[in-house]
Amino acid sequence: MKPAPFLYHAPETVAEVLALLSEHGDEAKVLAGGQSLIPTMNFRLAQPSVLIDINRVADLEGIEVTADGTLRIGATTRQRALERSAEVAARSPLLFEAVPFVAHAQIRNRGTVGGNLAHADPRSEFPAVMLALGADLRIRGTGGERTVGATDFFRGLFATALGPQELLVGVDVPPDAPGSGSAFVELSRRNGDYALAGVACRLTLREGRISDPRVGFLSAGDRPLLATEAMRVLEGQEPGEALFREAAEAARHDVRPIEDVHASVAYRTHLFGVITRRALERAAGRAGPA
Amino acid sequence: MSGGGLWFGKGVLRNEDPKLLTGRALFVDDVRLDGMLHAAFVRSDLAHGEIVSVDTSDALQREGVLAVYTAEDLGAYWHEGPVLVPPPPIEGHTFNPATIVPLAKGRVRHVGEPIAVVVAENAYVAEDAAQDVWVEIEPLDVVSSTESALAEGSPVIHEHIGSNLAAHVVQRKGDYEAARSEAALVVSRRFVYDRGVSGSMENRGIVASWDPREEELTVWDTTQAPIPIRNGLARLLGLLESQVRVVAPFIGGGFGPKMMMFYPEEVLLPWISMQLGRPVKWIEDRQESFFATTMERDQVHEAEIAVASDGTILGVKDFFLHDTGAYDPYGLTVPINTQCTLLGPYRIDNYDSEFKAVFTNRTVVTPVRGAGRQQGVFVIERLLDIAARELGMDRVEIRRRNFLRPDEFPYDHEILFQDSAPLYYDSGDYAPALDKAVELIGYRDFIDREKARLLDEGRRVGLGIVTYVEGTGIGPYEGARVTVEPSGSVRVAMGVGSQGQGHFTAFAQVVAEQLGVDVSDVHVSTGDTRDFSWGTGTFASRGAVVAGSACHESALRVRKKVLELASEALEADEQDLELAGGMARVRGSDHGISLGELAVRANPLRGAVAPGTEPGLEATAYFGPQRGSTAFGVHAMIVEVDPETALIEIKRYVVVHDCGRIINPVIVEAQVHGGVAHGIGDAFYEQLHYDEDGQLMNASFMDYLLPTACEVPHMEVAHEETPSPLNPLGVKGVGEAGAIPVGALLAQAVEDALEGTGVEVLEMPLSPNRLFELIHGSGERSGGEG
Repeated sequence: MKPAPFLYHAPETVAEVLALLSEHGDEAKVLAGGQSLIPTMNFRLAQPSVLIDINRVADLEGIEVTADGTLRIGATTRQRALERSAEVAARSPLLFEAVPFVAHAQIRNRGTVGGNLAHADPRSEFPAVMLALGADLRIRGTGGERTVGATDFFRGLFATALGPQELLVGVDVPPDAPGSGSAFVELSRRNGDYALAGVACRLTLREGRISDPRVGFLSAGDRPLLATEAMRVLEGQEPGEALFREAAEAARHDVRPIEDVHASVAYRTHLFGVITRRALERAAGRAGPA
Repeated sequence: MSGGGLWFGKGVLRNEDPKLLTGRALFVDDVRLDGMLHAAFVRSDLAHGEIVSVDTSDALQREGVLAVYTAEDLGAYWHEGPVLVPPPPIEGHTFNPATIVPLAKGRVRHVGEPIAVVVAENAYVAEDAAQDVWVEIEPLDVVSSTESALAEGSPVIHEHIGSNLAAHVVQRKGDYEAARSEAALVVSRRFVYDRGVSGSMENRGIVASWDPREEELTVWDTTQAPIPIRNGLARLLGLLESQVRVVAPFIGGGFGPKMMMFYPEEVLLPWISMQLGRPVKWIEDRQESFFATTMERDQVHEAEIAVASDGTILGVKDFFLHDTGAYDPYGLTVPINTQCTLLGPYRIDNYDSEFKAVFTNRTVVTPVRGAGRQQGVFVIERLLDIAARELGMDRVEIRRRNFLRPDEFPYDHEILFQDSAPLYYDSGDYAPALDKAVELIGYRDFIDREKARLLDEGRRVGLGIVTYVEGTGIGPYEGARVTVEPSGSVRVAMGVGSQGQGHFTAFAQVVAEQLGVDVSDVHVSTGDTRDFSWGTGTFASRGAVVAGSACHESALRVRKKVLELASEALEADEQDLELAGGMARVRGSDHGISLGELAVRANPLRGAVAPGTEPGLEATAYFGPQRGSTAFGVHAMIVEVDPETALIEIKRYVVVHDCGRIINPVIVEAQVHGGVAHGIGDAFYEQLHYDEDGQLMNASFMDYLLPTACEVPHMEVAHEETPSPLNPLGVKGVGEAGAIPVGALLAQAVEDALEGTGVEVLEMPLSPNRLFELIHGSGERSGGEG
């Protein structure tokens, strides 16, 4: 349970990080909170020859609100900071509701928002939340900064749109529309475990009808998924038990669960139906008139 | 026993806790010696195969590596290990021994079996170099399940045995077939119990240090049995027992797998230290532990019960397969415990029990907290539940009706127990404990009203209530030496190492009771062979019974010496003296003398003593019980099942426990709490998932789910005290108790919650995935491992 040998760098600016990434590329791993990377290295499943520790890069950490009400979250912002942020609570109830489901408090104290998103574990909460919220991920390379929408960022199992010489510097969460309601529902074996099934959803009620429903799933496949079938069923309809049951049924077709020691495909698929219905009921109950 | 309950029975705080809670206690990994080397093991990636080659040349070239050893390099030191527990003399039994070896030679038989050991300047280099050892293994077909082991055409794991049969045992009493022919009802079912790990907080670890000048070997070892390990190492290494000191310091949990195992690492580290002349350390990591530390519980039962129309048990018949893993060093302990514990607190006059233990290509099976008892309790309690349901009888009533009565003790079950002695129950009074549990859980109200009320709200809530008997406190013997020092402090030296059970307090209470000193003035040393040389170890819920009684006997002898000397010093009759507050005093007066002063007088530096005088206020005594004492318990639970998600929540948990006289209720309750937590893990969370190649799919605490504080409910614990007549303290064991009935309990409670759906829970552990399958269909597995 000791990692293989590696070189360690602790740069203090993004420019230095990018220079190191240019030099080492695929050989290097970026270390943020280390809550996934370090265990993987200790198991020797990952044996990067270079570790670039970005914890000393000061301008990567923090939560700001921009002029248009967007939440701008720096990559090394600790997950725990979201849990304690009045801005997050007020402006993104869905994100705020999801944070306590991320592992345990001790892990959230160290784990970072950017590290979690860049790791792209399909069982993780934030990727599904970012999909549901239509967040934009900010990526910097030697050529400058680019922005990638969450729907394009997650490319597969632990795979993202990040190039080997690029750094995720933060995520922008757009403000909720007036009258929107959201809910995060997750089922797990134990408190703090990866979800058997999880859903992040947000919808807006306009004149009694659902507008722009967003349903993101975690633990539903090789990447976080948008439940496009369920969203289609919901769009423009009046909320109600029958509709939510129909959407839940559609959700079962949106998922592509992977079997593991905890759950079969059949069980997971069933659970997505159950939690989609429960989450929609809760979100609709929270949505107010616009 | 004598003494007025000055300390005995009091819930005093534990002597060891300040040390443990402030991080000052010594654990094996805290041992750091000058020049200490580190070992890492190269282990088999395959469950079954022939070793073609092991190339250590790259590893030897890595900077910082001192040595790499394979089986060939051990020369004459390579031995097959011992059969640790010889099988009881059951007539007609078969036992085919295949014991573990220090490093695999020729064949590997489970994933994680050690093939080579690397020794380096630090653990990092040792692990790097372990990756440099190139092992080529020709794969063989794998025996990956208990039920396939004896199937036609199965691969054979031990060629010298010729099949995968490790043991075959039949124990019978009465005439089951005749009883069955008179039964109003016969219930037959197939029961499965799956495998889990012990999950000690501290993994195994060893530091061995050979001192060539002193010609003395010191071994710090996370063992539950330091004295047998000392004796065995001396024999293996050709040393005097006095040249080997084994220290089992504070240990973070034992639960069975740290018994006198003579694990490969335990045998190799001392030898390596002698080869290289430097201390060497090995600390098992969590992943290694999932492959290299013994585990338990796989059994498959085909069982039936024959009952009369009033619920009286006429007989039980059981056949089961028991998975012993790749080797069977621990003999028949686990399956015999199953066979015996199945009888429970009930009168079962006709019993026909047969088992076959089988080899599989999985990690070795030895006792884990409960040690086969869970499985027996699961079978009998489930059979009774189903029989009660089919007879339209109350499940508490069917149990009460079949209980042994208080006037039937000692009760002879007419079969042999794990300790080779006949299975006798020493004492018991079961109905009051059951009544108490019924009352505490609110059984009548729940069954008559609450359950239906909740169901009307759409909630599926059920109740479970089960009972069990645990054979505890077996021999052969333990000892203790009690010494009063000139300071008045009392030392107690004994041989049963502690893994957190509270030895430093419970044994101190036993001694303090007799000597009239404060418990905090009694200093217990246990687990260091230099301090005490005779004994076996901490296992089978026997510490308090056997070692506790030895403490009591030696304290009585010291008390006698104290009174004799004090009588002289105070010029008073012994009968007029009392021991209290560290003083011997003439009762009802201030006239007294301290124990410390008496200790000084007992060791004169000048002058003559009478011939035959023993110096000091010191005595050593041993205690060996005639046979084990049997503890009893009732557990009850209320559980809510979400039928949509198949997730459960335990709402209430009640334990009524009878372990005879209680030395310290706080410690007893803590043991029960820990046991129940362990049992909840066994019942709903912990399961090892192997694929058909014998590969373990969840070898980490991410995917092997130990219950945490969030999953373990608050427990309401009540006690009954039926003294054991077999030891002077009247105590019975409690270490394993809490873990034993939880599977049977959860199964009954979940079935009760789902009443009317036809769900029967016949397997443990029950995962939500499995419960989903049971709720939605025929019970066929839908492909998920869980």
